Amino acid sequence: MRLTKITALIAAAILGGAVHAAPPSRVVSINLCTDQLALMVAAPGQLISVSRLSHDPASSPMSAAARSVPANGSGAEEVYLLRPDLVLASSFTAPATLRMLRNLGIPVEVFAPANSLSDIAARITQMGKALEQPDTALERVADFRAALDALHTPVAHRPRAALYYVNSYTTGDNTLAGDILKAAGFDNVATEAGIGHGATLPLERLVMLAPDVVIRGRDYPGQSRAEDAFSHPALAGLTVKNALDVRDWTCGTPHVLDAIRALRDLREELAQ
Amino acid sequence: MTRLAVILIAVVAALFVASLVTGYAIAGPIESLRALLVDTGNPLSVVMREIRLPRAILAALVGTSLGLSGAALQGYLRNPLAEPGLIGVSGSAALGAVLAIQTGLAASFALALPFSALGGAVVAVGLILALAGPRGGAITLILAGIAISALAGALTSLVLNLSPNPFAAADIVFWLMGSLADRSFAHVWLALPFMGVGWLMLAATARGLEALTLGEDGAEAMGISLARLRLLLVTGTAASVGAATSVAGAIGFVGLVVPHLLRPFVGARPGALLWASGLGGAAMVLAADIAVRVVLPDRDLKLGVLMALVGAPLFLHLIYKTRKETA
Repeated sequence: MRLTKITALIAAAILGGAVHAAPPSRVVSINLCTDQLALMVAAPGQLISVSRLSHDPASSPMSAAARSVPANGSGAEEVYLLRPDLVLASSFTAPATLRMLRNLGIPVEVFAPANSLSDIAARITQMGKALEQPDTALERVADFRAALDALHTPVAHRPRAALYYVNSYTTGDNTLAGDILKAAGFDNVATEAGIGHGATLPLERLVMLAPDVVIRGRDYPGQSRAEDAFSHPALAGLTVKNALDVRDWTCGTPHVLDAIRALRDLREELAQ
Repeated sequence: MTRLAVILIAVVAALFVASLVTGYAIAGPIESLRALLVDTGNPLSVVMREIRLPRAILAALVGTSLGLSGAALQGYLRNPLAEPGLIGVSGSAALGAVLAIQTGLAASFALALPFSALGGAVVAVGLILALAGPRGGAITLILAGIAISALAGALTSLVLNLSPNPFAAADIVFWLMGSLADRSFAHVWLALPFMGVGWLMLAATARGLEALTLGEDGAEAMGISLARLRLLLVTGTAASVGAATSVAGAIGFVGLVVPHLLRPFVGARPGALLWASGLGGAAMVLAADIAVRVVLPDRDLKLGVLMALVGAPLFLHLIYKTRKETA
């Protein structure tokens, strides 16, 4: 009885293998965003390395989980020596690295960055397919959609907000950040300035737009001139809020829900 | 001579007003100027008073410093190729400024920024004068300048790359190319005293530079102390270029182009060229800062890019001419 069961299992494995290869077992992720998606979807032990940035609590909302997996520096040489059977990368990864890995015969799955909330489900599904964990991915997508729907409440008054990053950069409605802002019940003044994607919004145009609130990036340690505009006296007449936890905004993952919650709280605080 | 002064002052005044009414916010010139003079309570007044006015003032101040220093260096070295940007003074001042910012010194003590930039500039001017000697041989001067610029630029990049702040690396372009975007009155008050002292020192070199056209022995025979002249030149250049760079980054070629254009109008007298180049420098940087906002309004074009496009061909032309003269 036991023997037949084992034989059957072996046969199934062989037959299954002939039709369909086993899921990748040595997966290396070399991008902060694919790291997070992979950590959510991968079976235990399937992911053998994540990018170094993921271990940094200042950059990754999943640094605790990421630390259980060794880090890599995202270079082709280092990644190749890990003998991966699948590499996960972003379409922003250096093309030379991707080309080198492919030339070395390693399959590379490339993920485009999410430009909207609806892209997030698509990326999780793509990750499920790449790691051959479709059921886990399906579950994560369902959880994400349910949580997103729960956050959706009609808003009577939508404040006009500006997203303001270093070097006077702003993002419009056709970006993930813009979508998060919209979902939290704000109107984006970038739209009034004719900015749909990302563009420089000179300080004087920001002042002229006079948004109800300027939502800026958080302070990083150390100094940079790029952040000077945040403390410009011309902003004194505007409400500037430091409500951006960059970790939750950078990647198209379910962590954006935390970003939406933080902004919703900000909107309620402003209404008082 | 007075005619040249009147013309230059008129040009600077006209460009100053043009700079005030040039910008990203859409508003008519009359409306803008009214918002500057009378607080209308709307955002345009904030834009005019807090953004455009300090920007125009800084353009004039920085231009004056660079033009004046260029003319003084050229007069002392008797070499038309000497220029604070090209010989590494601006680059070293930028390194000093970056060190003050990245060590956190500038955050705890605001004056540390111009002081540190001044320190960087002093080292560079001192090195150049020591290497090129009082006669300022063209080749030694340029080679020493290349070495100092390259080293200062590389160290600036290194310091910014080592910063824990992910945006510091983006600052490299600013420090190497210079920009007046989004500067405030805080920057004006920080730089102005240093520039003022520097200008006075450089102005005091006028008589010495005139005498120096007769050669060192001739100048000494006229009672000029060469050691004092050199001290005034080093400190004056370092103070004005250091302060300018600490708030606007390294802007090259101003000190090269302006004295070259104005030399024929002052009868090639290095003393008179000083004030003329100061005014001319102010006009040039004001014009360049208007151009960066008109040519590529939404790209934050750097001033140094524009100045290099104008200055580099002239520099090559000057090298060609110097080569023919010495051949």
